[in-house]
Amino acid sequence: MTGPAAMTAPAPPADDGRAGLRRDAQRERAFFLSLSLPALVLVGLCAMLPILWILRQSVLTLRGEFTLANWEKLLSSSLTWKSVWTTVELSGATLVLCMALGIPLALALASAPQKLANRLLILVMLPLWTSILVRTYGWLVLLRRDGLVNQALTGTGIASEPLALVYNFTGTLIGMVHFMLPLFVLPVYAAMRDIDGNAIRAAASMGASLPRTLATVVLPLAAGGIRSGAMIVFIYTLGFFITPAVLGGGQVSPVAIRIEKVMSTFQDWGQASALGVLLLILVAMAAAMLAAARRLAGRKGRTHA
Amino acid sequence: MLDAFDARGFRAGLWIYAGAVLAFLILPTLIVIPISFSASDLLEFPPRDFSLRWYETFFGSPTWMAALRTSLILGLLTAALAVPAALLACISMDRLGGRTAKALGGYVLAPSVIPGILLAIGLFFVLARLRLVGTLGGVLIGHVVLAIPVAVIVLRPAVARFDWGQVMAARSLGAGWARALVQILLPQMSFTLMTAALMAFLTSLDEAVISIFVSSGQNATLPKLMFLSLRDQIDPTIAAISTLWSVLVIGIVLIVNARRKA
Repeated sequence: MTGPAAMTAPAPPADDGRAGLRRDAQRERAFFLSLSLPALVLVGLCAMLPILWILRQSVLTLRGEFTLANWEKLLSSSLTWKSVWTTVELSGATLVLCMALGIPLALALASAPQKLANRLLILVMLPLWTSILVRTYGWLVLLRRDGLVNQALTGTGIASEPLALVYNFTGTLIGMVHFMLPLFVLPVYAAMRDIDGNAIRAAASMGASLPRTLATVVLPLAAGGIRSGAMIVFIYTLGFFITPAVLGGGQVSPVAIRIEKVMSTFQDWGQASALGVLLLILVAMAAAMLAAARRLAGRKGRTHA
Repeated sequence: MLDAFDARGFRAGLWIYAGAVLAFLILPTLIVIPISFSASDLLEFPPRDFSLRWYETFFGSPTWMAALRTSLILGLLTAALAVPAALLACISMDRLGGRTAKALGGYVLAPSVIPGILLAIGLFFVLARLRLVGTLGGVLIGHVVLAIPVAVIVLRPAVARFDWGQVMAARSLGAGWARALVQILLPQMSFTLMTAALMAFLTSLDEAVISIFVSSGQNATLPKLMFLSLRDQIDPTIAAISTLWSVLVIGIVLIVNARRKA
């Protein structure tokens, strides 16, 4: 008797008790469902509708007639394919660097005493709390021709003259790795923390070397965390806009930047919409591939067990 | 974790590497602080003379001040709209359970995986049709839809931990649903609600892409103005704003952390 109607409904006749209870339960479900309405309407109007609008507009002329011209123009343009390639290249390179930097960092944190690890985790999360524009600005300052990094490189003689580290692919990549690294490290660290120390001690007592233990015990047990980190990094970076717009300096054009250019320079909404759909397809394909990889790994895990 | 091995060399190498990665993570945030106090027009490091002129430039500029005001108002409104909607949705999901809850969860969390640029241009198209581009309301709904998933992620575990027997007891004593929720659920969740509100506020404060496409003129937000000036010329005013920003956000996070431990 917990439904909203329970208090007001008259006591049902004895023979009809079950139907009455069922009716109460239904009313209760409807009531709880209705609590979701504000969120459902907001998300529907402000996220789902705009996305549907993009889909629809990609096959319409300016006057609203059906056309495939936007798509023909888009798919026959070499700029489109170049920007798709740049997008995949940036996301892939970001993922590789996040793994190369993030897995050892997570390992170090996971092998540290809990208290020290918690302190250091604050440093890992610090960039997450600062604005993306603050961080991008920081990198501009660091990577400029006369910036701190170039000063250090030329000062120590590693480079004979300042390197072009920003307003290009390199600068964009550095900014993207910096943005994604905390989001990659956190799940990997959590997975490594969860590893049973006895498994590692067992490997050691059986005579396995440290590298071998890492390769055959630690990394496989942390694979779940690495996979979710990888998924976050790859999918997130496909749609990056601010970092390539500022640190790319017009030299780097992933799909997100193409969209803005088509919108602001050519005012071609149909074309921009088709590019948007293309980006959506890229994201969906990446998500499907990573989900398939997870299923495959899950199946392999079961057959071993 | 690795104490079973006597591999000092490996561990030392691992920590040097980890230290370098940590430095990479915090360096860009820290570098802006000394530059914001520089007296020079150039982005020199280390600065030769110190001054507060870039802070004066920021606080003395009507454009920057208008953007700051817009961003703060937007942040507050975003939190005020997103948190109640997210709380109700969390209660709904928790009580319904099963497949319905899963579907609802996927739906309300969807905006967090849709690339920002798509939400931005989609919203721009819709608002253009309604002739609402450039209005505060247009940016606001964009920010609310991004803040709802954030608030749901914060609130959902707390709603799941809540003991619903208390509400049932109140109901059986004659309290209506609204009264039971307001008088029993809300006070017990006040800390989580505050955290969710702060996260929603920060989500809006930091949002740039939707603002860039949808806000205009006097409704430009702080991130939009920062973005535009980063593209044109980079003077230390941005460093001053960045420093203030980091101090504000890190202050908020530290206060929340301290209160959680208390």
